[in-house]
This record gives sequence, structure tokens and C-alpha cells, in this order.
Amino acid sequence: MNVTLKVWRQKSKNEPGRFVSYAVRNVSPDASFLEMLDVLNVELVKKGEEPIAFDHDCREGICGSCGIVIDGRAHGPGRGAATCELRMRSFREGDTIVAEPWRAAPFPVIKDLIVDRTAMDRIMYAGGYVSAKTGGVPDGNAILIPKPVADEAMDAASCIGCGACVAACPNSSAMLFVGAKVSQLALLPQGKVEAKRRVERMVDQMDKEGFGNCSNNYACEAECPKEISVTHIARLNMEFLKTTVA
Amino acid sequence: MKLDSKIPSGPVEKKWDNHRFNLKLVNPANKRKYTIIVVGTGLAGASAAASFGELGYNVLAFSYHESPRRAHSIAAQGGINAPKNYANDGDSIYRLFYDTVKGGDYRAREGNVYRLAQVSNSIIDQCVAQGVPFARDYAGYLDNRSFGGAQVSRTFYARGQTGQQLLLGAYSALCRQIDLGTVKFFPRREMLDVVLVDGQARGIVARNLVNGEIESYDAHAVVLATGGYANVFYLSTNAKASNATAIWRAYKKGAAFANPCYTQIHPTCIPQGGDYQSKLTLMSESLRNDGRIWVPKQKGDKRKPEEIPENERDYYLERLYPSFGNLVPRDVASRRAKEMCDKGFGVGPTSLAVYLDFGAAIKRLGKHVIEEKYGNLFDMYHEITAEDPYKTPMRIYPAVHYTMGGLWVDYNLMSSIPGMYVLGEANFSDHGANRLGASALMQGLADGYFIIPYTIGDYLATAKFPAVTSENPEFKAAKTELDGMVKRLMSINGKKSVEEFHRELGKIMWDNVGMARTKETLTRALQEIPKLREEFWQNVKVVGSANDLNADLERAGRVADFIELGELLARDALHREESCGGHFRVEHQTEDGEAKRNDENFSYVAAWEYAGLEKAPILNKEPLSFEDVKPSQRSYK
Amino acid sequence: MEKLIAFYNSSIGKKVTMSLTGLFLCTFLVEHLVGNMILFAGREAFDSYSEFMVANPIIRAVEYLLFASLLFHPLVGLLLWINNKRARPQKYDVYMLKENTPLASRITMLTGSLVFLFLVVHLRTFFIPLRFAEVKPSPYGLVVEAFSSAPYCAFYLVALVFLAYHLRHGFQSAFQTLGLRTKSYIGLLDAVAFIFWFIIPLGFAAMPIYFYFFQPATTAAATALGVH
Repeated sequence: MNVTLKVWRQKSKNEPGRFVSYAVRNVSPDASFLEMLDVLNVELVKKGEEPIAFDHDCREGICGSCGIVIDGRAHGPGRGAATCELRMRSFREGDTIVAEPWRAAPFPVIKDLIVDRTAMDRIMYAGGYVSAKTGGVPDGNAILIPKPVADEAMDAASCIGCGACVAACPNSSAMLFVGAKVSQLALLPQGKVEAKRRVERMVDQMDKEGFGNCSNNYACEAECPKEISVTHIARLNMEFLKTTVA
Repeated sequence: MKLDSKIPSGPVEKKWDNHRFNLKLVNPANKRKYTIIVVGTGLAGASAAASFGELGYNVLAFSYHESPRRAHSIAAQGGINAPKNYANDGDSIYRLFYDTVKGGDYRAREGNVYRLAQVSNSIIDQCVAQGVPFARDYAGYLDNRSFGGAQVSRTFYARGQTGQQLLLGAYSALCRQIDLGTVKFFPRREMLDVVLVDGQARGIVARNLVNGEIESYDAHAVVLATGGYANVFYLSTNAKASNATAIWRAYKKGAAFANPCYTQIHPTCIPQGGDYQSKLTLMSESLRNDGRIWVPKQKGDKRKPEEIPENERDYYLERLYPSFGNLVPRDVASRRAKEMCDKGFGVGPTSLAVYLDFGAAIKRLGKHVIEEKYGNLFDMYHEITAEDPYKTPMRIYPAVHYTMGGLWVDYNLMSSIPGMYVLGEANFSDHGANRLGASALMQGLADGYFIIPYTIGDYLATAKFPAVTSENPEFKAAKTELDGMVKRLMSINGKKSVEEFHRELGKIMWDNVGMARTKETLTRALQEIPKLREEFWQNVKVVGSANDLNADLERAGRVADFIELGELLARDALHREESCGGHFRVEHQTEDGEAKRNDENFSYVAAWEYAGLEKAPILNKEPLSFEDVKPSQRSYK
Repeated sequence: MEKLIAFYNSSIGKKVTMSLTGLFLCTFLVEHLVGNMILFAGREAFDSYSEFMVANPIIRAVEYLLFASLLFHPLVGLLLWINNKRARPQKYDVYMLKENTPLASRITMLTGSLVFLFLVVHLRTFFIPLRFAEVKPSPYGLVVEAFSSAPYCAFYLVALVFLAYHLRHGFQSAFQTLGLRTKSYIGLLDAVAFIFWFIIPLGFAAMPIYFYFFQPATTAAATALGVH
């Protein structure tokens, strides 16, 4: 199939970017979107032009590296899938496809479609953990966890940290990302001890990074490749409220 | 080179305990004076860096990713083994040890494997304490399943995302140390060389992938946890960025490279769709529990699978292995599939696939049962191929998946360079010639959480450390050399892209050094690879600038290393005149077509020593002895 | 106090302010609707009800809270809105938010602003004359006069549509922010939300419709309102 790719090109953080259109010919509908970019990039290299920079790694939807806003949707059309899982058959012959980086103040563009998402790591540094030191922990079965609780914690823990929630949110809010981690650890007995300090510090860091405020319109849940529920944001809110009220 | 494995003497159950007691300790107050560099922050690297930080060392951790959470450990699906015997089915440390040595086709060190089995129980406890949401039963206890043909239920899992959850656990421990300031994390840095001062590893030189700067970092010890080299085949199930540069450059600095020819091929991958294909996707081998594998009896049969009547289908695994049938081990299933395709029975557009048919299972158990068991895998298959596996058989083909070989390490996980340690898939130590399912995660975390934190202390407490900073001439020389290499790559300005070279290498490797190796194909590879290497350095085209993010330049360096590594891999495969585990030499098989070991002549670790680019590497042998598990022929009839 | 300030300064704290003020305004809506239903009982009933409300010290006290909410809710909303705009300095070329969110959620700021404008007019029509006029008019009379005007009724009805949309997003949002929109309560919450965004505005809409069509007012009084 043949498509036109209108893609954001930006040399570095401090230089202005712009859209450039490329004609992509004879790409298989079974190819993934990223493979289409690979093919285009080889052509560009041969012409002596710089290839389009984009983050990617596992290409099976689990590492969270890839992330492109395609035709106005984080990770492109479709639900419950990362950019790397998107196939060209989702588009039609002759389509013009618009590809942009995640756009949010805390995610400055590094190059083309690559943004700096370390703000999310800094939120994790501020408390996204249980302070269990290596060794000196009880037997795994010493802590019983009801299956529904373990399952719900797993739902939250499946976050791949791609940032699609931020990209999709009209306010560039990171509440689903933070909510998923806070909720996972608030559900589990292991995480309860530090729950208060964790939520306080993580929310504080989130605000400092310049993410917007959640306005509960749930675009994040709709675009999350792991379909993480916004009920985890509710739990984050509750945990945060508890720190002040209780 | 003299290889001393430092395996402690005494009975296998006592080795680790005795050894730990004999290790020298670093005074707690002195620990912060020691700097340890950890390269790679996957399961092994993150767990090691976090544990070092907890002990009080000053840690510098490096990753070419933007975050430790992106490491390829995250893609492991199935689970992690530990002989907790929670299922009360007779499991024990000794049994896991036995299974692993046997599964590795008697090419691993007994001492290392026993230790691995021993510490694996603590890994589960550690991960639970970190908040890893392992599957639970309704009573709230940890759930287990049997995996990869094991006869006991010792596999712990977190849905189909066990690797992800364990990595996030290690990442969270690392986050805590970064927050406390004991670990400093350097994202988007690619280690390009290890720096030796007076023969000791004293630091690294890394490229800042954002601004292109070559940076120097000094330390008292260097730990490499940079993963495997399966991408030497271009198409593999590894992540796109997975590469061998760190271990390869260390090899060229004097670290021995052990058993490079042991590569694992996974039988149930989605076959290549076309030339555009960038990587292969693995599907859990649990599919073989209910799926039946077949090819048409007639060569080149282009009918749709549904139109081929039952009596014209060849269920070849069931025919060849009446008792194990479709459940034969990975290496056997893979090899037979390739054989069928080579003979012209392959199916699908490329004729490089066999059918995995759930028709009978759906008829017998009902669609809902199959959906419940494999729904997510069926969806994934459907998404990628646009074929509905509930209606038409899946097409599968083997793909390279894991590399058992790696840098040689002693019992302390130290390479042949003093002060340089190697963990996880990057080392060679525990899996022998073949890795069992759910053992990769176990080894990575065992190395990082429970072995290296002890053994590194012994080195730091006993070695002499002359004052070194990154201003030392050795660092400057390394930097100058790398600047030169970058300049050279950028200035060739040839006609072929890095991608094309990588694909070409992959084709040579797969065709000649893949699942079935012969003297002839290996010799051919050893002729073709050096040619490719020469062509690469004359005709590669790298565009863009060296002073900003340049993925093309990053890959150029990695592919250059893969080409050299490919040659060593072929050389190792040629020298090993036997078949064992992930290394199958067509000349060495039993009458039934099974792998035939040659214990008399090849019961050793082949540790290759770099001798110069145009010179043949030197083969060093570390003999293997088996006191507890007596080698025998594997049979699956 | 320090804790409260820190709380308010956080993004969630501000959202909780929105939530609590919003919910308070929602409870006021219920009271207001119930009270106004007395309109259907006739002039006497309604006028005496009004008198009671004005004279009741508790009601007067709550009124301060009401006005505080009426000020804070839009003010904090505006602050959040500005903050949110700052979080995305470079806009998307193509942005398909509508694929992912209901209309009501996307236009909360718009519906909120319009409801606020409506409130200004609404207070000017009813509250100010009742409270501050030298000669207090009959509350019932004011209603009759106001709703005798077709444009005024139309304006009123349109504003109620905006209120409905505002509540459609706002009501569930308030509970989400307070962390009460959990898996087990989503169903119940949606049912209560329906009452708020559909039934209540419908109830308010009944009044202009009733008075316009069934109780023609004196034209003189209507012009006195100055809303044409």
C-alpha cells in the first residue's frame, strides 16, 4: 500500500520543529507502523538524509519505549495496544498519516519523535517502591494476599510507563501513571506501611515536574495500551486525602 | 590465559556456604569509599546496583535506555523457577539443580548450578516483599504452575508478564537507592569500552547518546549486565536495541568469551511475514500443550489448511516421538520444524512455517476452554497475521531467543579481567548448552541480589587500588580511540545502510550457523563473515551528526561488533565436534536424529581469548567434571 | 493549617476544592428545586416560603457558604485551567480527544462559564430585588413576570442545558476526585448522577414552561425586570 507520512522533525530540544511529508510506497499491510518507519528510514539514509528518530525496543508492547501520536491518537488508532503493535492494515490506501511526538511540558522533545520521559522516573524515585532491603524478608507465603486484591494490584502493576496517558490527556496530567503505582502498593499489605509518605512525595514530585491537573475526562484510560482503569486514580485521590485528613 | 573457576571444594550442598564464609568483608564504614560501575539495568544490573547501594557502596549505573524499566528482561512471559515445594510435589533444591544440569546437556558447572537453585527461593521472598503481584490462589497463597516440561510445579508467575513485574521490582529497589543518593543513574549512555589500569578494570568510557559526547567514568570495579547477543542473527525475539557491544569490547580488552555457539532457538514464534520484518514475536510454548503440529504430506501443497484432509497431513512430531509427541523439548521441536521446511513441506507464503493446529482441541474441549487458556496469545497472533487461529491453524517457525554463551566468569562472577564482573545473560555460567524455561529470570536475579553483593566485597577488600581518575592516560587513550572510531564510521559514506549489513549478517548466521550446523556451512560462514566485515568498513553509510542523538551511528557500532562476534560464534561451533543442547552439528547425531554429545573430548567450557583482529582467537579450555549428576543421553521417544 | 495549605497547593488539593464546592452547589440545587416546586402551589405558599427562607438565620449563614462556593468553584477552576494550558505549550496538529472522551467532559470549562453568566443574570432577576430593593416585590410575582417573557424563558432553558452538561461531567468527577468512585460504587454513582444531570435540570425547566404557557403575567411587571 502507499501512504503519505506527515511527521514531526525536530533536530534537538532547543531548535524549532516542523512537519515534513514523505511518500511511503509499497509497504505491506501486514508490516507494523514502526516497520514502515524502518523502511522509510533506510530510504532516507540512502539518500543521505537523516532518518526519523523514534523510541522503540521490544516491539511487542511491553517495554513502553515507543510512543507516537498518530492521527491525533496516542499510540494510533485502536485500543489496548502500543505503537509497535499497530499494523499498517489499520490505515487505508492513500491515507495521509500524521505522526507527532508526545506533547507535554514535562516531556521535552529530544529529537523528532523522541521525548524525554525521565520526569516519570523522578516520580518513581520519590516513592514508587516498598523499602524492602535485599535479604531479611519473610517467606513469600508469610504474607497472604486475597486473590482479588492480588489481581487488582496486578491490573495496576501492568503499567508500562509509556506516557500515553499524559499524551492523551488534554491537561498533560500524569495521574493515571502515578495512580497505577500508588494504587498497586496501597492495595498490597507490603506497601501499606509507607503508603502515606509515598503518596505525598509522589504527588509532590508530579506537581513539580509540571504535569497538568486531572479533570477526570478519562482519555488516559481510553488510550492506555494496558487499559488501566481510572479507578486507580480514584484510589490515588483517596490515599492523598487520607494523608491530610487522617 | 589461565582460567581458574574458583569452584570451592567440598560437597555440592556446602560449596556456597563455605565460600561465603571465606570471602573477605569490606568494613561498613569504608564501603562508601568504593565506587562500582554497573552497566545495564535489566534484572541482573538493577538488582545488583540496588543491592550495592543498600550495602553502602557508591554506585554509578548506566543504561542506553532512558529508564531502567525498558530493559529487555521485561519481555519474559512465562515465569520464574524456585524449588519452594509449595505444591508438595517432591521438589527440592537438589531436583532443580539436577534438572538444570541435565537440561543444559551437561555443559554447565555443577557448583554454579547448585548455588543458583539454592538462592532461587530467596528471590521469590525478595520479590514478594517488594510488592511484585505474583499470582495467588483463593486462600491467598502464592500460585505455581509447571512449565517447560518440568514434572513439578515450581514456576511462579505474574500473569503473562512475569519478567515485567520482576524488572519493575528490581527497578523500584533501584529507584529507592537513587532517591537515597547511593546510586547515580546515567540514562541514554552506551558503554563503548572498559578501561584497564595496571590490568585491573578501573572504569568505562560511554557515549552520551543525546549529545554524542564520549564520557569517562572511573571506579574500583566494573559490573557488566548487558544481556545476550541473539541479535547477531538479526531476526530474533530480542528487543531491537539488545546488543553485544559492551561484552564484545570487553572481550577485546582481554575478557574470555565462553561457549558463544550455545544459542537457544524457540520453536513457537510467529513466522517472518516479509522482507520488512524487524523482529520476531515469541508465543508461549504452553501452546504446544493443546496444539498439534503438522505439515502437508505432499510437498509444496498450496491448499488452505482447512482443505487438506486428515489423511494427507503429517503430524510429524507425533509420528517421530510417540510418547512425547508435540511436547518434545525446544531444541528438538525447532530442529524438526526446520527439517520439514528444508525438505519442502513448509507452509504459508514463505514456505518457512509449520502448522500448529487447535482444531482437534477446540472440538474436544470447546472454544471457550481454549479461549480461556490462550486467549491473549490468539489475539496477539490475530493482530499480527490477520488470521483467526480459532478458524485456521497458526503458522509457527523457530526463532533465536536466548544465548547461553557469554563472557567467561569464575565462581565469583568475575571475568578474566580482574575487577570486571559479568552478570545475567551476559555471562555463560549457569545454563550449559541449553536453558530451561523460567530459568533466565532466576539467574539474572540470583546474580544481582544474592551472589555479586558478597563476591565483589572480597575483591574490594583484598585488591590493591592505585589512585586512578578519569584523567588517567588510559581513559584518554580509550576516548581518543573511540572518537577516532566514530569519525571513521561517519566518514566512510558508502552505499549500504547499517540495517542492510545487519540483515545480511543475520542471513549468513541463520543459514549457516543456525539450527543445524555442518562443517561445510560453518566453513562457509567463516569465509563470508570476514568479507562482510571488510565491506562494512568500506561501504557503510552512516548519516547525521556525531554530536546529537543518532540512532544510525549507534547501530553502526553495534553491527560492527556483531559481525566480529558472528565470526567467533561460527568458529566455536566449528570447533565443537559434537551436538549438545542449543548446538546441533548434523554430523553428530544418533540414528534417530538426536543430539549426540562427545563427553570424552568436549566436556569443557570453550573460553576464547582475543588475539587481534586478523588473528585467530586462542582457545582456552576449562574442564567440566560431574560428581553429582552423571551425564546420560537425553531421549524423548 | 500548614498541612491544609500544602494540601491546597497540590494538584489534588485544588481538585478537592473543586469537588467539595461543586458538591455543595449540587446540594443547594436540590434544596432550590424542592423549594421552587412550591411555586406550583400558588402565590401564597411560595411567598411565605420565601419569607421563611429570608428570615431564617441558619439559611442566611449557609448563604455565605453558598456564595463562597460560587466564587471559589469558578476561580479555582480557572486557575486549574490556566495551569493545564501551560502543561502543553506546543499543541497537537491533530488531536482526536473526541474519540476518547464524552462531549460533556470536553466542554466543562465552556458550560461552567456559561452557567456562571446565567447565574449573574439569574441573581440580578430574582435575588437582588428580593434582597436589596427598597420595596420588596412579591417573589411569586417576580417569577410570573420573568417567565412571561419568551426570550427570557428561552435563555433560561438554554442555560439549563448547559447546567445539565456541566453536571453530567461534574457530578461523577467530584466523586472521582474524592476517591469515592470505586469499582463497587460506579453503578450507584451513575444512577445518582442521572438524577443530578437530568432530573434536576428538567425540574427547573418545568417552571419557565409552566409559567409561560399557563400563567400569563402582566406585561408591565415584565418590563420592570429590564432583561429584554
